[in-house]
Amino acid sequence: MKILVCITKAPDTTTKIAFSDNNTKLNDAGVQWIINPYDEWYALVRALELKEAGIASDIHLITVGKADTEPVIRKALALGGDEAIRIDADSNDSFYVASQIADYVKSNAYELILTGKESIDYNNASIGAMVAELLDLPYITHVCKLDIEAGVAHVNREIEGGEESNTCPLPLVISCQKGMSEARIPNMRGIMAARTKPLKVVPPSNADSLTEIIAYETPLQKQGVKMIDPDQMDELVRLLHEEAKVI
Amino acid sequence: MILVYTEQQNGIFKKAAYEAISYAANIAQSTGAQVCAVVLGEASGLETLGNYGAQQVVHVNDARLNKLEAKACAKAICSIANAQQADIIIFSNNNTAKAVAPRVAAQLKAGLVAGAVSLPDLSQGFVVKKSVFSGKAFAFVQIKSAIKVISLTPNAYGVNKTTATATVSNHTIDFASTDFAVKVISENKVQGIVPLGEAELVVSGGRGLKGPENWGILEELAGSIGATLACSRPVADSHWRPHHEHVGQTGGTIRPNLYIAVGISGAIQHLAGVNSSKTIVVINKDAEAPFFKAADYGVLGDAFEIVPKLTAAFKKMKASQQG
Ligand SMILES: Cc1cc2nc3c(=O)[nH]c(=O)nc-3n(C[C@H](O)[C@H](O)[C@H](O)COP(=O)(O)OP(=O)(O)OC[C@H]3O[C@@H](n4cnc5c(N)ncnc54)[C@H](O)[C@@H]3O)c2cc1C
Ligand SMILES: Nc1ncnc2c1ncn2[C@@H]1O[C@H](COP(=O)(O)O)[C@@H](O)[C@H]1O
Repeated sequence: MKILVCITKAPDTTTKIAFSDNNTKLNDAGVQWIINPYDEWYALVRALELKEAGIASDIHLITVGKADTEPVIRKALALGGDEAIRIDADSNDSFYVASQIADYVKSNAYELILTGKESIDYNNASIGAMVAELLDLPYITHVCKLDIEAGVAHVNREIEGGEESNTCPLPLVISCQKGMSEARIPNMRGIMAARTKPLKVVPPSNADSLTEIIAYETPLQKQGVKMIDPDQMDELVRLLHEEAKVI
Repeated sequence: MILVYTEQQNGIFKKAAYEAISYAANIAQSTGAQVCAVVLGEASGLETLGNYGAQQVVHVNDARLNKLEAKACAKAICSIANAQQADIIIFSNNNTAKAVAPRVAAQLKAGLVAGAVSLPDLSQGFVVKKSVFSGKAFAFVQIKSAIKVISLTPNAYGVNKTTATATVSNHTIDFASTDFAVKVISENKVQGIVPLGEAELVVSGGRGLKGPENWGILEELAGSIGATLACSRPVADSHWRPHHEHVGQTGGTIRPNLYIAVGISGAIQHLAGVNSSKTIVVINKDAEAPFFKAADYGVLGDAFEIVPKLTAAFKKMKASQQG
């Protein structure tokens, strides 16, 4: 069984987000780029576990991005995986990115495609479902447990207010979240091995960008906290009722 | 035509579905379009969706859709969108929509804004505001395609109710067996509680509560106002509370009207999931806890003393409102 893991880069979770060029561009001075946490901790590590268990044969990583994404994809290779594919294009619109991944898969078959639950920069949670639609495959979101038995995926997924168990025959696209696997740290051997693993650069296919970010805005700062004496809880309730009007 | 997918289960709609129709009705008003609500799976009494601004309801009364299999739902919505010549399709951005809306968008080659927090600005094309960088910023996204898909963040747009009713028609779809490849084996839902993603009032606990045996005081606090419980990540990781209660960067993102954080330090990854809440109350014994900087109201002290007092104050207010 061949698995394709979709990897994107994201600013480190503690990064302070600021914009430049009249609020039209992310100010990336000092931004530390990491592998999108859901892609790394859940999608990639679970794929590696399936290979170690003898269930998967090959783990390929794919990213749609320019050359500046290579350090992040090498970091992913250091955790494991047999080869990486970089589709050499900007990744600004979900439909465009999903089309690139789907077109690659059309000429390189995979039984299982894993994505993260969402990218922590654009928070669209869309790429996996679009890839599935473009390839006419089933898709299961918010998966927190994944096993494969005789060509059938057995998953637990989060639904509104609870959990559900599903089965689905492969091929299949899955979005991965917490619970799937335990986080790993790349070791020296992995880092050395990653240097010589193949990283294929593939030109993009023809696809349309259907959306465009034209500006950003940072949220208004809070006015400052109003401190309430612990013995004045009636006063807090009054403020929540009369001032904040939330109860 | 503006299409709105209104999710229901056993004939019951959630508030978020009404928000989505109200949102569509507002767009329709400024563009002169009509609003058509789409209902999938067995349900009845659908003319009442007119109360929120739909002129029409198209119903696919097919029991196979009750489990909301994404591929089949997307096929149904696209079929209706084509029949109705829809140019705008609205979803409420919950777990179902995250599987269905992108499929619909890809099939119709429509630009998608997932997690919209405002009405589209029609003055300069079609621009929708959405939350990005896990709540640390907003982006204004222009949709350039002819058909546009918007998935609206729950609790971001208010419900408008009238007495109008809608006309209901049925639509049948030729499904293939491969549209239902995902089989539901079992389901484990919390009963009788508003799901976290839709809750207006949330009470959340962190490591400051010391252990799962102490959650009783938070349950009472939540019970006094009908709030839903949430928690910080270490609390879920230590199995003090179930995973679906975990909020933050790696957990759920919520924007309730009121978020009461008890014994949570307010790490940036926690704030990412909750800082869009309208009002934040922080109870913490450390004056230096970063959460106070993100709070509207703060109470400095021991949660084990403060929480029961707050519960009592809420109960008192509720009693006086009823009396
Ligand atoms: C990539 C990444 C992703 C992450 N994602 C998330 C996420 O999604 N959600 C999340 O929550 N965290 C997340 N974290 C973890 C986050 O950084 C913090 O470690 C975590 O939020 C801390 O949880 P806490 O506030 O419950 O515990 P602590 O930081 O231990 O804080 C406990 C607080 O309780 C207070 N306290 C103690 N006793 C009392 C008392 N008796 N009365 C009142 N107050 C008391 C203390 O003063 C302290 O402020 C993530 C971290 C990383 C690196
Ligand atoms: N540029 C990209 N290249 C490859 N995979 C991506 C890219 N962007 C997003 N993904 C994958 O799609 C998931 C969801 O991303 P998003 O739809 O942007 O929230 C991510 O967790 C990744 O697994």
